[in-house]
Amino acid sequence: MSGSTIIFYMLAALTLVSGVLAVTTRQIFRAAIFLLFSLIGIAGLYFWMQYDFVAAVQIIVYVGGITVLIIFSIFLTQQAGDLLPKPTIARQIFSALAAFCGFALTMLQLYQHKFIGTSEEPLLPTVSNIGERMLGIEANGFALPFEVVSVLLLAAMIGCIVIALRSKPATT
Amino acid sequence: MEPGLYHLLFISAALFFIGVFGFFTRRNLITMLMSVELVLNSVNLNFIAFNKYLWPNKMDGLFFSIFVIAIAAAEAAVAIAIIINLYRSHQSIDVERTEQLKF
Repeated sequence: MSGSTIIFYMLAALTLVSGVLAVTTRQIFRAAIFLLFSLIGIAGLYFWMQYDFVAAVQIIVYVGGITVLIIFSIFLTQQAGDLLPKPTIARQIFSALAAFCGFALTMLQLYQHKFIGTSEEPLLPTVSNIGERMLGIEANGFALPFEVVSVLLLAAMIGCIVIALRSKPATT
Repeated sequence: MEPGLYHLLFISAALFFIGVFGFFTRRNLITMLMSVELVLNSVNLNFIAFNKYLWPNKMDGLFFSIFVIAIAAAEAAVAIAIIINLYRSHQSIDVERTEQLKF
């Protein structure tokens, strides 16, 4: 068993265990922290696959951005020390059953299917290759989706500001 | 056994259904948003695994996951703005109490 294999299983265990804890713990702040560890585990898996750029984006956007946003919104909306209400037993049982059946079905399909990949020369995911593809306008370029996503992000940011603005009192 | 494509697909499927379970059981809007984030992350992992092990001569999976990350960030920001606005008007972010869909 090589070191790479051991690291893979450790990252997988970190991701899955903290994912399970994030959806089952009853303290909402701990749920956010476990979500953080799960996202770090996924970034570690990207590093393990040698997709460094995606791993860096994952850490910057998810770990540095979205988790901090979630923690701030928890501070704004929850009372400290409150436990989340326990879901009813029936709902827990049926949700676990639905999730488990879906998982079993997916795994069954997956292990019966034989994936056939290409045998061509690999294109390494270095930053220069990614940049050339992302802003390329020839075939296999992603300039149009890039522009569409930037417009979408702008619209989302303006929408957030408009939604979260405190409306003025009507009397003044 | 050397980890490969099937191991990564197992992790991503497990993470997806953990997120689905959380989405079904939780009744607080912020924790439901966290479950959605888990689901989106499992999809990203799937894209990257397929890109690495099946079609390493292209970069489509990598770009898909980058765009998914960008759209997920926009989604989380809009969702949290809505949640904070809801908390101001209802003093609660429980989904059972957000039944009235009017201003």
